[in-house]
Amino acid sequence: MKIFSAPVKHVFASLALLGSSVMIMGSAHAQLRIEISGVGSIQIPVAIAGFSDEGLAPQQITAIIKDDLTRSGYFKVIDAGTVINETTPVNFDSWKARGADALVVGSVQKLADGRFDVRYKLLDTVKSSTLSGQSLATAPTATRLTAHKIADDIYEKLLGVRGVFSTRIAYVTKSGSQYKLEIADADGEGTQDALRSNEPIISPAWSPDGTKVAYVSFEAKKPVVYVQNLITRARTVIANYKGSNSAPAWSPDGSKLAVSLSRDGLTQIYTVNADGSGLQRITNTSGIDTEPQFSADGQYIYFLSDRSGGPQIYRMNTGGGDVKRMTFNGGYNISPRISPDGKTLAYISRPDGRSFQLYAMDLATGQNQRLSDTTKDESPSFAPNGKYIMYATESGRRGTLAVVSVDGRVKQKVTVQAGDVREPTWGPFMK
Amino acid sequence: MRSSSISTTLALLVSSALLLAACSSPVKLEDKPKVEDKSATTAPPADTRQVSPVDTGSMDPLNDPKGILAKRSVYFDFDSYVVKDEFKPVVEAHAKYLVGNKGRKILIQGNTDERGGREYNLALGQKRAEAVRKSLSLLGVPESQMEAVSLGKEKPKATGSDEASWAENRRSDIVYQ
Repeated sequence: MKIFSAPVKHVFASLALLGSSVMIMGSAHAQLRIEISGVGSIQIPVAIAGFSDEGLAPQQITAIIKDDLTRSGYFKVIDAGTVINETTPVNFDSWKARGADALVVGSVQKLADGRFDVRYKLLDTVKSSTLSGQSLATAPTATRLTAHKIADDIYEKLLGVRGVFSTRIAYVTKSGSQYKLEIADADGEGTQDALRSNEPIISPAWSPDGTKVAYVSFEAKKPVVYVQNLITRARTVIANYKGSNSAPAWSPDGSKLAVSLSRDGLTQIYTVNADGSGLQRITNTSGIDTEPQFSADGQYIYFLSDRSGGPQIYRMNTGGGDVKRMTFNGGYNISPRISPDGKTLAYISRPDGRSFQLYAMDLATGQNQRLSDTTKDESPSFAPNGKYIMYATESGRRGTLAVVSVDGRVKQKVTVQAGDVREPTWGPFMK
Repeated sequence: MRSSSISTTLALLVSSALLLAACSSPVKLEDKPKVEDKSATTAPPADTRQVSPVDTGSMDPLNDPKGILAKRSVYFDFDSYVVKDEFKPVVEAHAKYLVGNKGRKILIQGNTDERGGREYNLALGQKRAEAVRKSLSLLGVPESQMEAVSLGKEKPKATGSDEASWAENRRSDIVYQ
């Protein structure tokens, strides 16, 4: 088992991101540190050459690509130890002899408008062919994004699955009495504050287009559901009914949210339009129904209910009918999350009456697999390619985040320098 | 001036106690004058120019730090959402106060210990707030004067990870607005 560590450094990266495609309040703060352990079932050996003139860009593009591919667990990165641009003739046999199945080459050129032209090629050394090539006009502030996009392309061409290196995550930090909803790149770099408050913030959820986040804030001395536009800062109250308002979940088309409200007594599930109008009650029991999650095809809502006594996971159609119980192992199963392909159910279980652990259920076979060996797991969230699950856990009484591949093989631990980090939610693919 | 009023009260208490003792004794009612005589002589003369101030704020029993209304928390057993008998007097006192003071409104905030998921705990905290709300409602408090909400495990009063802290956090608080 290998342990890599990718310490997070630059304030520059975060500052650079300001003014790029996203404008969120605040600047760089709490830095995330990611540690990786374990490797994928397959590890593709890839040689990565230096890009010619890549020193022109504010960050070293090939270093970011190497970190991304290494962190995924599915690549064995070979440092080519030389600079090769995309037009240089390549001796495929010599790279094959060095054990590389693929070779990445490229260049950086300064454009007249101040941007950079980042060109890259992915070569198949076994078939002596070109697998992919791109030319990406890149603003200096978007250097990291371009590097992540190249890593995404390499991942997809070699594994047949879309990469998630250019996606973002949202999570909540608590330091002293201050709570912050933060946004970062999937590698923990470029953190930005979306919301600061002296009261708790829980249950953030990305809109399907990645421009808004719904969450529960306690700033009004009670839980209220808001949607915040990350670009314009506009906040919309989605649910502020008498009692508690919580657990927002977006419908796949972004037109609706499911929420949990106690306006009619105990906590029940409702749907509401994305502007807060058109409230509809979906469940109707005398107990607790909460934690709704739409399936990616929009057909079902997975949720938690204590109708059988303890908390268990159920599924219903979006109108509230056709209810089916999903979990039967143990007396405590909560926080259902359904994979983008609808085949895997991630959830938190308390198998021994004490430990709260991340599990995944294969919905076709009903088989359950424990994916963590920590004991205070919470809030799982699938990567948009369905290959990883990020979740909150605890280490030394401090909240940390962890990432595990759905097969349980690759594990990452994410911590902040000071305070707690919790409530992670993985953002969608973006254009 | 307070000391003189205390001694007056004491004297009256002593005399009435003696009076009661005398009444309950089966014999010699004739001894009574002697007792009355004594109280008259030992009580200090009332100061007819005494002024004892009254503060309207202190008239509100809600602000009496020693009164039952100063108790604003209802504790619950593990995995329980039932108001225990020992907290019924507290709930009844607040119900009586709210019925008599229609202008006052309360938030009932339910809390849980730190174990388990945030959203499920939020729903469980709501169950504790709801238990208190129902009790108050049965005692005649109108819905317009109260709101049951949950803070789940988000605002723990005790931050330890032990049974004592967990017990402290299994609680509903009555918060006057």
